[in-house]
Amino acid sequence: MAHISVDDTYCKGCGLCVDACPVHIMELDQDRINAKGYHPAHCIDDEACTGCTSCATMCPDVAITVYR
Amino acid sequence: MAEEQVVFERPKTLTTKPTHYCPGCAHGIVHRLVAESIDELGKDGDAVGVAPVGCSVLAYDYFSCDMIEAAHGRAPSVATAVKRVHPENLVFSYQGDGDLASIGMAETVHAATRGENITVIFYNNAIYGMTGGQMAPTTLPNQVTQTSPYGRNTKEAGYPVRICELLATLDGVAYAERVTIDKPSSVRKAKKAIKKAFEYQMEGRGYTIVEIVGTCPTNWGMTPKDAIGWLEENMLPYYPLGVYRDCVEEGFETAAEAALARAKDVPIVTGGVA
Amino acid sequence: MGEKVLMKGNEALAAAAVRAGCRFYFGYPITPQTELAAYMSKIMPKVGGTFLQAESEISAINMLYGAAAAGARAMTSSSSPGVSLKGEGISYMAGADLPGVIVNVERGGPGLGSIQPSQQDYWQATRAMGHGDFFQIVYAPNTVQEMADMIFTAFEKADEYLTPVMILADGLLGQMMEPVELPDEIGELPEKPWATTGTKGKREHNIANSLYLQSNELEAKLLERAKRYEIILDKEQQSEGFMLDDAEIVLVAFGASSRIARSAVVKAREEGIKVGLLRPITLWPFPAKALEATLGTAKAYLSVEMNMGQMVDDVRLVVGKDVPVEHFGRTGGIIPTPDEVLEAIRSLNAKVGE
Repeated sequence: MAHISVDDTYCKGCGLCVDACPVHIMELDQDRINAKGYHPAHCIDDEACTGCTSCATMCPDVAITVYR
Repeated sequence: MAEEQVVFERPKTLTTKPTHYCPGCAHGIVHRLVAESIDELGKDGDAVGVAPVGCSVLAYDYFSCDMIEAAHGRAPSVATAVKRVHPENLVFSYQGDGDLASIGMAETVHAATRGENITVIFYNNAIYGMTGGQMAPTTLPNQVTQTSPYGRNTKEAGYPVRICELLATLDGVAYAERVTIDKPSSVRKAKKAIKKAFEYQMEGRGYTIVEIVGTCPTNWGMTPKDAIGWLEENMLPYYPLGVYRDCVEEGFETAAEAALARAKDVPIVTGGVA
Repeated sequence: MGEKVLMKGNEALAAAAVRAGCRFYFGYPITPQTELAAYMSKIMPKVGGTFLQAESEISAINMLYGAAAAGARAMTSSSSPGVSLKGEGISYMAGADLPGVIVNVERGGPGLGSIQPSQQDYWQATRAMGHGDFFQIVYAPNTVQEMADMIFTAFEKADEYLTPVMILADGLLGQMMEPVELPDEIGELPEKPWATTGTKGKREHNIANSLYLQSNELEAKLLERAKRYEIILDKEQQSEGFMLDDAEIVLVAFGASSRIARSAVVKAREEGIKVGLLRPITLWPFPAKALEATLGTAKAYLSVEMNMGQMVDDVRLVVGKDVPVEHFGRTGGIIPTPDEVLEAIRSLNAKVGE
């Protein structure tokens, strides 16, 4: 079952993955701040993830790994 | 349940070092595309990259292949020599618009017209990023920057330069394409172009350049998302995407063959040394 | 050694460089050194080397930077204004610890100056070749034979100390023809594991770079390089003495002007004046030890240079204030005559003699 993981050490909370996700399940986690002081991105509904890699394709920091 | 597979991960030719680029800056995307292309071509052990002076000056810490940091504008000359010393290596320069189209314009034009078998990765975001947002040769008319505070006045500061069109007239160019990174499909096209440029280099077809129209959220004063919107509205119409030279599409094996055909009515060209 | 042939200085530099293992030359036309580039364009294709006429001296020095980073023995040459354009690139080579040979066949300056010979780039070569704390080893030949021999030494020292090395000749030496025996073809070239040759999957990546944004890292780098400069200052000083044993007046002259000074010394000796000549062969490191050795007998020093007086400062730095140090020179491309130098010796002798 497809899902993604976001590596906090790289994510700068830029939000490009959020815009890129065709099923709108990526968000910046407003409850967490990473070591750089950004709200890291995270997937809010693993079930809906198709593993299409759009989020990872748009990520400038290669923070996202995609599994299928 | 089929065993889970990784379908997208950090390419080998990128180091694990987090980049210094601003949040949402597309340099990071382009770095990944270059690294993925090198991995897929199995060239990580043969690649030598030349970093410019500009935001991507620190690229030597981000690519895991051998790297050289060049003086501002001079990466094409450095890359020329590196390729001449090791013709079997995959040699690329990675440059911004100030580096390539301003101080380094002579090096850009002459490496291209010499038909050097190198690949130039050209990130065009219409501004000097590292130094805090000054006007670049590709800054658009009326675009506000730190050194065009009232908007670029073309009467005073002239017009932006379209590099792919400029270089397309030169005989040494085997492949020149302009791409962008505004959405996943564009990023995938950009990667295809970069990989093709590297392939043309390895096949010795001549000089190859991929111009990537990118963003600079910080110095444009926009969020990463708005910057992409501005790029789509303003940059892409001014810098039309597409292939501006492709010697193979033109029916030739190399840029040299295309050049020979173009000059077929010139006796000394076809007749050889007298 | 090869057999003796008659060769122009510029061409001897090129021929010797190829024998020293140089297979990459990047040039640009400028009088009075263009024959060097022309010779390279003829010989390099025959030895499987690369001759590249760059679009500017700036591009050429950056090609040298790239070839050096890739581990090759490489060279560029120019003349005064063109060498000024190479300043930034040479500073980058020093800052990235890259070896390479740069030839300056000097012409009159400043600005476009003249195309006749001069030594007006002494300060530039020895102190101010580019921005930042760095030096380059500078060799000053005064014969066509020395031009050939010094190219070998230049490449050897460049590789040994990982630094740019300059051959400072001038239009006179570059244009004149003299018999020369070209050194034999070099054998093994030194290994360069630090070069950017592609990791081939066998090592971490190599980086040729002069940028250290963390200032403590940059200072550490400068201090480490300074140790190398100390070794060079200690071990690499080279000079030639002529009639110095009992010299009360010591001439100091390098390159073409040293030959004129030597003739003047011989004439002055015939008039009973105790004069000698110290000829620096390395301009940096300046031969301070050899100069100090003359302090015992010397009552006055005269630097003879084809400029307004530049090396005279280095003589003063060694000699100090208690012995007069004067300069004689013609500049702008004028070559002084032995008699003019002799006249300067006579007047100095009158001042300090019995």
